[in-house]
Amino acid sequence: MSILVGNDTRLAVAGITGREGSFHTLNNRKYGTNVVGGINPKKAGENVEGIPVFGNWADTVAETQANTAMIFVPPPFAAASALEAAAAGVELVVIITEGIPAHDELKLYNTIKRDFPGTRVVGPNCPGILSPGEANVGIIPASFFKPGNVGVVSRSGTLTYQIGNELAQKGFGNSSIVGIGGDPVPGSSFIDIIELFENDPQTELIVMSGEIGGSAEEEAAEYIAAHVTKPVVGYIAGFTAPEGKQMGHAGAIVSGSAGTAKAKAEALESKGVRVGRTPTQTAEIAMEILGAPVA
Amino acid sequence: MDLLEYQGKQLFGKHGLAVSDGKAVTTVDDAVAAANEIGYPVVVKAQVLIGGRGKAGGVKLAANEEEAREHATNILGLDIKGHITRTVWIEHASDIDTEYYASVLLDRSAKKPLVMFSIEGGIEIETVAEETPEKLIKYHVDPLVGLTKDEAVKIATDGKAADDVIDGVADALVALYTVWIEEDASLAEINPLIITPDRQVKALDAKVTLDGNAAFRHPDHADLGDKANADPIEVKAAEQDVVYVKLDGNIGILGNGAGLVMSTLDVVAQHGGEPANFLDAGGGSDAAKVKQAVELILSNDAVEAVLFNIFGGITRCDEVANGLIAAFSDLKPSVPFVVRLDGTNDVLGREILENAALPNVFAAKTMDEAAEKVVALAKGSN
Repeated sequence: MSILVGNDTRLAVAGITGREGSFHTLNNRKYGTNVVGGINPKKAGENVEGIPVFGNWADTVAETQANTAMIFVPPPFAAASALEAAAAGVELVVIITEGIPAHDELKLYNTIKRDFPGTRVVGPNCPGILSPGEANVGIIPASFFKPGNVGVVSRSGTLTYQIGNELAQKGFGNSSIVGIGGDPVPGSSFIDIIELFENDPQTELIVMSGEIGGSAEEEAAEYIAAHVTKPVVGYIAGFTAPEGKQMGHAGAIVSGSAGTAKAKAEALESKGVRVGRTPTQTAEIAMEILGAPVA
Repeated sequence: MDLLEYQGKQLFGKHGLAVSDGKAVTTVDDAVAAANEIGYPVVVKAQVLIGGRGKAGGVKLAANEEEAREHATNILGLDIKGHITRTVWIEHASDIDTEYYASVLLDRSAKKPLVMFSIEGGIEIETVAEETPEKLIKYHVDPLVGLTKDEAVKIATDGKAADDVIDGVADALVALYTVWIEEDASLAEINPLIITPDRQVKALDAKVTLDGNAAFRHPDHADLGDKANADPIEVKAAEQDVVYVKLDGNIGILGNGAGLVMSTLDVVAQHGGEPANFLDAGGGSDAAKVKQAVELILSNDAVEAVLFNIFGGITRCDEVANGLIAAFSDLKPSVPFVVRLDGTNDVLGREILENAALPNVFAAKTMDEAAEKVVALAKGSN
């Protein structure tokens, strides 16, 4: 078992004909992901190494029964493409695109919630989702990861690879690795993904990697205390970030006294979630918990 | 991007929110001419992106030309907490009966716009929120509908605005929401929102933050912000499309991925070091990009050692190593480098670096090892 993407995934990609889009789509297919189509309004009827290209999402879904969308189109058009995929009935929309205006994300989130409650959005500005051994949707370098019992959810891509790789070197694999992205209005929150891991029989431990900005980690802490039975290990990046400066990700900013790494780590620890002070320590805590003899 | 007060007021005016007429000027003579044209009394206000301007002597009332000249002379060039005043805003002094507060911001938790209103204006809103939270009205707007006049009237009424200005306050709230939406703001704040003795509602100050990701649909925003006080390295990095944030320490940092770079800063600090910058090299690893990044990091004179922290996913460690070798042959840096290569082709990358035998370059395998090493090197150079 895995969450969100797996053997049932039928992936279609908006922006499949672009340089990045085609590279990663073909990478995903090479990994074993069932890639059924792509979208480019100007190139309908063509194909990308055998993957058929359609003019819009409705045609794509009608012809291929795609159930998962990956959005690679540039920021001005990304939210519209995601919404179009949802309207066509796609259940999972993964937005890789970085640089989408926050107001577009805000409208997308609220429109999906109101009009297409059956669709889940992951991202924007995320590396995607990998279920090792089953499917890879996005840009996560899959070769580092193998199937296993650790679920990972993170706001950052490379930090996920860092923590995941340290676990892998000690012999631990992953059920799924989910990048929720570094933007201010993510389609899925820590809570949404942690809930899925809690209900996934393969997942025995959850690693959540947060960073400065917003209050998603604090909210997750409350949720974990109330609803999660599996052990959760946390990591927070940005203890040294100055106030008012955006640290790379659009959502990674400390505003006044709100959104600090310290407050987030304390919120998690107050609810019994152990928080690693470095990525290495985070992996070590996870190993300690998993390696302990079964009581 | 944070706007100066006058830039915010110009956006307010554009969307029908009442502000005093004024002029932004950069010389004393222009300040006096503007004051004469606007008519006395005027207020001379320093335009800097930092609070506490009044206390620092950056906001003065002038009753006549002589006073206008005196204040403009004192305020232009004034250093307010490290921000040098290059521009003053001259506006006609307003008569004030009451000071309210209004703002619109993105509530990331609720994923909705949040309108805040209080009749306790002119003081820090955090203070109001802490001491008299019942006097701070918070209202979530449906972004698919927008803020209606009826909702705005309810906000003003619930906030106990004076009866005879409820309508005016509601109009101001709708206009402020329009500014927030139309200009792609993440924050639009008025403190104070004043009521004049003749019951006009007016924005006496403006604090606006714009979303840089929306710049493509606002070409007119390109000139805004406090360009004169921006860090020159940050400006140069932005021109080159590199994400660079200047910090106060002496250890230059480069990594790939925002989260990993933030984490690198933390790990360096845990080992007793002080990072000089945040630099996310992204997925790029070719020689030209590495050279560009090294140049940016070294243009900060405070840098005494540099840490490269690469976890190769799509980025290949052998490419980074070759990029670094090429950069070194051009730039010949005088400070030591610690290079941590992990992930895709890491063994090969470290081998390439070793064989190149660059002077003062040390390879490391883990983040902790790299951080420890670079901190020791930075201390040793003192």
